[in-house]
Amino acid sequence: MDEQVVELTVNGITMVVRVEPRTTLVDALRDQCGLTGTHAACEHGVCGACTVLFDGQAVRSCLLFAVQSPGHEVVTVEGLTPSDGGLSPLQEALRRHHGLQCGFCTPGFVVSLTAFLAGTKSPTDEEILDACSGNLCRCTGYRGIVRAVRDVSRGLVE
Amino acid sequence: MKPAPFDLVRPETAEDALDRLHDLGDDARVLAGGQSLVPMLALRLVRFSTLVDISDIAELQGIDVRDGGWIRIGAGTRQSAVEQSPIVNSGVPLLARATPLIGHFQIRNRGTIGGALAHADPAGESPAVALTLDAVMEVRSKTSEWLVPADLFLKGTWTTCLEPDQLLLGVRFPVWGQRSGFAVKEVARRRGDFALVGAMCAVQLNDGNKIARSCITLFGVGATPIRCRAAEKELIGLPFSQVEGLGQLAAAEAEPRDDIHATGSYRRRVAATLVERGIREALDEALYG
Repeated sequence: MDEQVVELTVNGITMVVRVEPRTTLVDALRDQCGLTGTHAACEHGVCGACTVLFDGQAVRSCLLFAVQSPGHEVVTVEGLTPSDGGLSPLQEALRRHHGLQCGFCTPGFVVSLTAFLAGTKSPTDEEILDACSGNLCRCTGYRGIVRAVRDVSRGLVE
Repeated sequence: MKPAPFDLVRPETAEDALDRLHDLGDDARVLAGGQSLVPMLALRLVRFSTLVDISDIAELQGIDVRDGGWIRIGAGTRQSAVEQSPIVNSGVPLLARATPLIGHFQIRNRGTIGGALAHADPAGESPAVALTLDAVMEVRSKTSEWLVPADLFLKGTWTTCLEPDQLLLGVRFPVWGQRSGFAVKEVARRRGDFALVGAMCAVQLNDGNKIARSCITLFGVGATPIRCRAAEKELIGLPFSQVEGLGQLAAAEAEPRDDIHATGSYRRRVAATLVERGIREALDEALYG
């Protein structure tokens, strides 16, 4: 229950945080690491806004505690964005296809779909929709997001 | 939407975990993938003073083939690993087909098969597969170990035979072999939602193309999944071409109740259809491969 000092490896950098055991990874990333790209919405594993990569796998960071993270590699949406201020191919495709409006769900989609695209060569539309099912969007109706993923999977975005 | 305070310990071996559980008593809870437990903690449906985190214990993970036609899966094995395993895909087709229906890929990247079995959700796919195939659970405490068949392991809603000081170490699934077929049929409003109602069918034909073995399970129809034993019995000895009307018989064995997601009568009607479709699909596979 008492606070403890924990070392996280986030986007390749070691960060030291002071957290209670019950502090979720999303809260530690946002409040202590200053990485506010990862969003906290439902906080019970349904919406996907908190998605991060944990040892390369897309997971819900609201269902992980910061104290579970030592020894693992965390990548947030900030770590998927080129450091020169540009956009990744998926981010560019989302911009092109209006795959975001308010943007609140978008980091979760970027992380989930980046992982999906890395593991799937030529997804069908059915597979793309399936890959989106773990992230909720209230604004877009998902069409623009699917079009963006389609474009990236076909190598149409550099 | 934050959990109540707790301590979290991270034992490095199963033996350490069992020592901890033995010392901590029923105020402690095992944390595996956390995909079912942590939402409940966040919503404060449950509260424990200590979580025993076993999610990184390597010896609890792994899938291997055992003598006598069994495939053994470590309880800490991620659902995504189960889904992608060539051993599971060829040896336990029912499990390979049911696992992708669990939640979403992000859930399966953390959730474990042991956690799903120990959590025993009435609409969960993992408990339903275990019951259909009469899987055997490996249970251990600090001082003893047991092998428990699925129908004795699953006791009620979110209730198994596990005591607070016991750990599920692994689960053994039997390999059915030649001339067998399997099907999973479930209805959910959205991809990845809990099933409103589901059926699992497994059949095996003998050389004369008559049904030699059949297992039918309904889930989402009560506190635990149920085997439709009367319907299973009806199938034995039937030529594959004479299978008809088993859906009603199977569904009659369930007593689903109304809840906010669906009525009991809806569940029963849909269960009958899902069993019909499932048996047909499983038989097709048994016949034609």
